[in-house]
Order: sequence, then structure tokens, then C-alpha cells
Amino acid sequence: MKRIARFSGALAAWTLLEREVVRFLRQRNRLIGALATPLIFWLMLGHGMGSSFRAEGRGGGDYLEYFFPGMILLVVLFTSIFSTISIIEDRREGFMQGVLASPAPEWAIVLGKVMGGTVLSVLQAALLLCLAPLIGIGIDLLGVVLMLGAVAAVALGLTAMGHALAWRSESVQGYHAIMNVFLMPLWLLSGALFPVDGAAGWVKWVMVLNPVHYGHALLVHALYPGAAHVRVANESLSAGVVGAFAVAMLGLAILATRDRRPLEG
Amino acid sequence: MANISVEVEGVSHRFGPVVALEGVSFSVAAGQMFALLGPNGGGKSTMFRLLATVLPLQEGRVTVGDFDLRDRARGARAILGVLFQHPSLDRKLTVEENLWHHGRLFGLSGKNLRRRIGEVCEPLGLSERRGARVEILSGGWQRRAEIAKALVPHPQILLLDEPTTGLDPAARRDFWQHIESIRTMEGCTILLTTHLMEEAALCDRVTILDRGKEVATGAPADLVAGVGGSVVTVVTREPGRLIKLAHQDLGVEGHRSGGGVRFDGADGAALVRELNGRFADIIDSVTLAKPTLEDVFFAKTGHGLNE
Repeated sequence: MKRIARFSGALAAWTLLEREVVRFLRQRNRLIGALATPLIFWLMLGHGMGSSFRAEGRGGGDYLEYFFPGMILLVVLFTSIFSTISIIEDRREGFMQGVLASPAPEWAIVLGKVMGGTVLSVLQAALLLCLAPLIGIGIDLLGVVLMLGAVAAVALGLTAMGHALAWRSESVQGYHAIMNVFLMPLWLLSGALFPVDGAAGWVKWVMVLNPVHYGHALLVHALYPGAAHVRVANESLSAGVVGAFAVAMLGLAILATRDRRPLEG
Repeated sequence: MANISVEVEGVSHRFGPVVALEGVSFSVAAGQMFALLGPNGGGKSTMFRLLATVLPLQEGRVTVGDFDLRDRARGARAILGVLFQHPSLDRKLTVEENLWHHGRLFGLSGKNLRRRIGEVCEPLGLSERRGARVEILSGGWQRRAEIAKALVPHPQILLLDEPTTGLDPAARRDFWQHIESIRTMEGCTILLTTHLMEEAALCDRVTILDRGKEVATGAPADLVAGVGGSVVTVVTREPGRLIKLAHQDLGVEGHRSGGGVRFDGADGAALVRELNGRFADIIDSVTLAKPTLEDVFFAKTGHGLNE
């Protein structure tokens, strides 16, 4: 009993986080997978839509600029998917088997995994932020800190959601289906591609109810701090929804993880 | 009871309509090496998962050390070392990193953990491969690293699920040598599942499971002595005819087994002479052997272990 009393869930969470980051750095294809698609989308749509798209507000920038926070949001979404999809295989034949048979509590398992994904999102967002000045977005140190903080908050919720979904998925294919019919539309209707104002009635409603919409709004606020012309949901509403979403998703992920059964192969 | 390491009482488990375990009971004394022997689908993997606390207990009672799995599974996890049938090492990490993370999941850290990793690697011959990534190691070395991983948290009870599956005969021998020395050095109780009677025969006690039920429990030698006499196995092209003739002419009952016929009985040597004398034309070969755990299984269930 003495050993269990001394045992700390925080150490378990920390070690799982560390493993997640080391693994990522050793798999270069994951870095490419998470960064390349959003970058390609951004460049193609940004240049392609060019003059046909004029979003009002935001300092009159072009679509390349409009799409910049949306591209970062897509990187966060992809990172949350890639870092949680491994859970499915890992529970059947892999590292997670040992984790589940260890005394690490569920909250520590979830926190380690989710914080790991969050750190990866922040690292990649930091890389992409280096592109901001190239398209005329002036960003100072405070802006970088705000932006990375916003990315962390959004990533926490999305990775926890990915964890809960992956835990309930019986196959990688099943998770892919969820990604296509559920996760991608959450991003498409977040404001990343087009502003909520111009959307048709029902789309507008879906966007307003979509928690990822507030994640996008938070990134926009972080990128243009205090700018009165930014026409997305206001800062406190966005931060509140993003925070509540993260807490709810962490709770769901912890509940899902109470089921320690190995998946049948 | 302090000298009982694992106690299983009346455990039943269902997966939907399928009954995987039905009223299974056995106990394992501290320091013992204990096997759950049975064919695939016999219920041993379900039992293993219940003991490893990754499957919730439905019916019955299981205590691991002082911990009742129903309400103190986390305590049980802290004293169990689990070796899974499927690899549980992270292939992208080195052996040392795998052991490091595993140790920290059990609350070990710093110098103590570093020293413990050295302690478990050394006797397994892993010291020089500590820095190697798991993905470049051969199957045998990976298995050794899996053993090291299970040992890192100082387990009182080591649970092994079909531990030699996928290993070649040399790696299998190697594995058993290591298990023997671990038992001596660490003094832990070892509980394993296997479908190989040679492996079960190495243990102090065995519980045989078939179709979710406990068929027999005891020391291998006692179980074998219970079958008694000897076993005569005949390879023949006409098993049906041989069984009929042996019944008519000699009054002995034969059973089909694999491609041949087997006779369990008292005086095997005399039976071999009779069979050779009377039915030489339909017999390819006759083997006389002492009974094994496989024969115990056959005697209790009426079918072979791996049929």
C-alpha cells in the first residue's frame, strides 16, 4: 500500500507526454502529414480564391491572410487526429496494453496523451507562425504568446475529443469514417474557409453551434489582438466556449478510458 | 492468507451470449509457478485478462495479493508484472526508454529507476542493447525486453500470457531459462497461460481449462499419476477397424486421436505385444509412453488438447 500511496499520477501523465513528443520527432512522416496538407490547402486556396474573395474586416487582407488562422486550426485538427488514431492499434497490440495494466489512473492516461498532442500542435503552430510576416501579418512577441496559448487551448479540446472517439472506435477505418463525416465538417464550418456572416441560414446556425467555430475565433483574436474590425464571436465568448469544450472533452475522454478492455483483433 | 498469492473463486464470464468462463476456481501459493493449460478458446485468455485487471469481473471473486479485484484493482495493478502475448514495447523507442516510461507509470523515478533498469537488463543479457531501438531487434531480443519491462516495477506476481508464442525452439529454451533464473532471483510468483503441455509440465501446479470450465487442478506429476499405467498410441490407416477389433478380440477400448488410435490402460507392454501379434497388417507403428498432461486432458475431456 505504501507504494501506491507514494505513486503519483502526475509522473505517469508526464512520462506519457514525453513519450508522445519523442515518438513524433522520430517519425518524420507524421510531421509532413500534419503540416503539408494544411500548407498546400492554404497556398492553393489562398492564391486560387485570390481576387474572387473579399472578406470584409481584418484590415483588408487577401484570402491568403483570411485563411491563415484556419490553416493553423487545420494543423491542430490533424495533429489531434494523428496523435489519437494510434490508440486503436496500441490497445490491441502495443504500448497502451502495459499502460492499462499499470496503476496509472485514467485521468493521468488521458492527460498524458492529450497534453502530448497539445504540445505537438503548439510546436507546429510555432513553426507556421514564422510565415505570418511573409503575408503581411505583423505579429509581435505578445502576439506569438497569445497565439500559442490559443492554439494550446483549442488543441486540448480537440485532442481530448480525438482520444474519446478513438477509444470508442473498434478499427482505424471506423475512425477514418468519423474523421470524414464529423471532424472535417467541424473544421469546414468553423469560419476557417468563409466568415459566418455571409453563410446561408442553416449553415450559419450550424456554425454558431459548432464549438470549433469559437476555436477559430479565438485564433483570430490572438492574431489581431484588440482589433475592433475583427468580425467573429467576441473574445470572452470564444475563450469561454473553448475552455468549456476542453473541460467537457477531457471528462468524456476520462470516462471512455475507464473501459480498459483490450480490443479484439 | 499470507501465503496465497492469487485466489480465484467461482469466476464466470460472458461475452454477450458466449460463455467464456464458468465457475472457475483455483489458488496460487506465493512463490509458485502456476500454469493455466488449455486449448485455444478454452478460457485462459479471458482468465488472464481478468487477472491483469483489464477486463471487469462479472461474477465470482478474485484476490491478487491482498487486493480484491472488484474494488481494489489499482492496488493489484501495482504488484502485478504483466507480459502480454502481443508486443507491448514502443518500437520507435529504445529498450531503455521503454523500461523508463514503464517504471514511471508505476511511480519509480530517478536513480532508483535507473538502477532497477540495470538490474533487470543484466541477467537477460540486455545491457548492451539498452540503447537500441526496439524496431531493429530480433523477435527473441524483443521478448527479452518485454520480460525486462514486466520486471521493472518489482512485481510480486508475474503474469505471462502464452509467453513463447511466435518464438523459435532456441528462443523458447532461452526464454524458460530466463524465467527460471528470474524466479530464483526475484522470488516472485509466476502465473502463465499456455496451450503447450511441455510448458505446463515445468510448473509446480496446473489448472486445466476446457470450454470455460476447470477440468483438473494439481501438480503435473499427480495429475499424470491419476491417469495411471501407460499410453499406447497406434498409427494406422484403418483406425475404425482397429478400435472394433481391439474391442472384440482384446476387450480394450481405443479412442481416435489425431490420425491414429490411442489406448489408455494399465499394462501397456502386454498390449503392445498383443496388438503387434494380431493386427500387424493394419498397423504402421506403435508407441508406448508414460502419460503426459495431454493424456490427462484427453482422459478428462475425451478430446485432444490441440484438436
